[in-house]
Amino acid sequence: MNIIVPIKQVPDLVEELEIDSSGKDLDREWLKFKVNEFDDHALEEALLLKEDSGGTVTAIALDGDDIDKALYAAAAKGADKVVKVTGIEGNVSNHEAAKAFANAIQGMGADLVFTGVQSVEDRDGQLGVLLAHYMNVPHISVVTGVAVNGDSVNVTKEYGGGMVAEFEAATPIVLGIQAARETPRYVPVAKVRRAMRSTDLEEVSAGDVSVSAGSSVSRMFKPESGGGAEMLSGSAEDVAGKLADIIKGKI
Amino acid sequence: MSKIFVIAEHLNGEVEDITYEMLGKAKSLGGDVIAVLLGSGAKDMASDFAADKVLYVDSPELANFNPEAYCKTIVSLVGSHTPNIVLVGNTSQGMDIAAGLSIDCNMPLIAYASDVSEGSVTSQLYGGKMSVESAVEGDFIASVLAGSFPVDAGKGSGAAVEEVAAPDLSGLKIKFKQLIEPEGGDVDITATDVLVSVGRGIQNEDNMEVVQVLADKLGAALSCSRPIVDSKWLPKTRQVGKSGLKVKPKVYIAVGISGAPEHIEGMKDADCIIAINTDANAPIFDYADYGTTEDLFDVVPALTEKL
Ligand SMILES: Cc1cc2nc3c(=O)[nH]c(=O)nc-3n(C[C@H](O)[C@H](O)[C@H](O)COP(=O)(O)OP(=O)(O)OC[C@H]3O[C@@H](n4cnc5c(N)ncnc54)[C@H](O)[C@@H]3O)c2cc1C
Repeated sequence: MNIIVPIKQVPDLVEELEIDSSGKDLDREWLKFKVNEFDDHALEEALLLKEDSGGTVTAIALDGDDIDKALYAAAAKGADKVVKVTGIEGNVSNHEAAKAFANAIQGMGADLVFTGVQSVEDRDGQLGVLLAHYMNVPHISVVTGVAVNGDSVNVTKEYGGGMVAEFEAATPIVLGIQAARETPRYVPVAKVRRAMRSTDLEEVSAGDVSVSAGSSVSRMFKPESGGGAEMLSGSAEDVAGKLADIIKGKI
Repeated sequence: MSKIFVIAEHLNGEVEDITYEMLGKAKSLGGDVIAVLLGSGAKDMASDFAADKVLYVDSPELANFNPEAYCKTIVSLVGSHTPNIVLVGNTSQGMDIAAGLSIDCNMPLIAYASDVSEGSVTSQLYGGKMSVESAVEGDFIASVLAGSFPVDAGKGSGAAVEEVAAPDLSGLKIKFKQLIEPEGGDVDITATDVLVSVGRGIQNEDNMEVVQVLADKLGAALSCSRPIVDSKWLPKTRQVGKSGLKVKPKVYIAVGISGAPEHIEGMKDADCIIAINTDANAPIFDYADYGTTEDLFDVVPALTEKL
């Protein structure tokens, strides 16, 4: 199978998020970005599938800060090809990003497209499903298992309470990966550096992306702490004492 | 008056609560509330919907959720009925409907919605760390986070059901095979009074001991956020949240859990929530009764000692 994995950079939530002067977006100046954690799972599942059943894995990303590094890291993990989509950059809607990916992927002969099921900035919808509709192929989201079965794939989709559904699907198809079978592999920096020297980073044009989310942000704000927690002060020892009393009072 | 579509959701023969949440919200918006139900022999599921009308589509292909068949059917209904607002769950099923509808019916979609009004939708983004208000002109789709609205407001005495013929569903590329129920676990986390719940703040499997001894001391069960299950440090049956279990213990102690909307969905109804998290801005504190930003590796052993 020829597997394509679109990768997206998102703000790292470990950092403190600040709102910019417009009041409508994050202050992106000092933000730290990282690859969407579910995209890491998508790449891992693609690599595992290739290891079991053969095929090729292509990681593809829209142009942007640090994206070369993310693509070389994908190559270091085992992606056969890495592709950067140019002519689109910055903070675009998922509708635009999906259209750019659809344009770029067209002609790559994809059997499977694995996206992360969601990211922390999907205001106008999850990327994978948008991409599938622009590519005019079916999709399954919240996928926790994929196995190749001749020309088709067996896919498990997760619901609430641990219930899962099993589907059989023809290719090409877009799958929104929730979790790979294994924890996404780690790759040491030295290996990424080596990949940087030995990997050919292809560039493809985003083409016509004249689509839009159809809505605009009017305000961004930190959620009001709904009543909020009573914060316990003092040393860890003091806090532990207070917590012990609270817990004993409840049980 | 606006026409509001509510896409009903069901799983394994049961209507999911998100359906009633959205019906109640739709009613409060003051529109003409039309519930959309897809299934096979499932018409009776609508008998307690608080709606003005139910559109019901029956086909063997719709008996169980199938992303392709459901998308096609709902796209065709939206095309023929032109609702002003479409409410769909930001759920596992809804995710496979909303974005496709946005493109195929050329309607804006606003996802992760925790509130909806005419012309404006509030979303919870960045793992619940930011609320984002979107302005939208004209018709739109909102995918609604479960737990945003009361369930009871969407229950009523049903409504006139109009059966609509299914579109051509031959040649589907996705075939539903079966539903697989979760295996029972060693511990039922929905049935214990106290839960010690651990998240990614615990860092590695060796550290799990730290929370396990606290749970043992309290006679509590150990539950967790999703990444702990994905790392295989605890079985799936211990997962709290959207794709895990809903719990309502007397005391829920969240240790190193950020409070992403998918986690909150599963535990916000606990009587008393205690959060231990070094990030003062972690959304978990918005739902907790008591909180501390002390390091879990200091507080948890000290607490175990004091009990
Ligand atoms: C379709 C779908 C379904 C999902 N279903 C679920 C679900 O059922 N349940 C679920 O939980 N998630 C679910 N998720 C995942 C969810 O989006 C989050 O990724 C997840 O809840 C984050 O888990 P966490 O809080 O443990 O990790 P993180 O968000 O990484 O948070 C770790 C926290 O630990 C704190 N911390 C770090 N070190 C320390 C320390 N030394 N002391 C104290 N605190 C510390 C950090 O400040 C941080 O807030 C789902 C996602 C999707 C897409």
